[in-house]
Amino acid sequence: MTLLITLIAAVIITIVWYTSPKARKLKVGLMCYMYWGASIMWLVDALFEYKEQGAGYFTPAAADMINDSFLGLCAVALGAIVWLGAMLISDPNGVIKDALTQKR
Amino acid sequence: MACFLVPATEAIVTTIVAKAVKSHEAKAEEQTKFKALGEDKLPLSKKITRLSGFLWGGSGLLAFEHLWHGEISPFFPFLTAANDPSEIAAAFHEMATTGTTMAVAVTAVWAVLTVVSDKILKRKPKETAKLEGDAV
Repeated sequence: MTLLITLIAAVIITIVWYTSPKARKLKVGLMCYMYWGASIMWLVDALFEYKEQGAGYFTPAAADMINDSFLGLCAVALGAIVWLGAMLISDPNGVIKDALTQKR
Repeated sequence: MACFLVPATEAIVTTIVAKAVKSHEAKAEEQTKFKALGEDKLPLSKKITRLSGFLWGGSGLLAFEHLWHGEISPFFPFLTAANDPSEIAAAFHEMATTGTTMAVAVTAVWAVLTVVSDKILKRKPKETAKLEGDAV
């Protein structure tokens, strides 16, 4: 589930990056790197687990599935927070600089 | 257990290499006083930076997963497996198998992307010319 959630996030972010120039300016590509990188790594991990467990890999216990889903969502949220931090620091539109220099 | 350490190490190496290549490119550009590469080719430093982006991003999220599962801790010796000698061997085995495969897989995907992006850049002017021709 972690792999699936991250993979879906990677696909969505890639579509957003491709279709929106505004998103590209806001450095959405950073999230593409994170989600695709993690997806490839978790895919390799899944292949190794499949090699060990066989078909049992596709029938996880409900508790494991919930935990993995929660982990996947948290990983996506963490990626988004990292992107937000990087975007605010680089301040591509100069919004923060304007806000800081604005006279009251 | 510690599989993410292999791609993380590769990320450190690629970041250093990218910085070295970038400074070398800047020096070469300064000496020749013009851009050595045309628009149809990406600089090598940019390509390597992309690889380190994938590796840093992926290993960062994997480190979070390991923290989630209690396999790493924020305190020394950082790896939970390091407290038990029998688990250290298992951790090294995982690094050698899963970790190495992860690093190789990410590098392979990056290599394919690099080849494809170079081809796209080479293809672009032709298509633009064709479109311009069609418009007239």
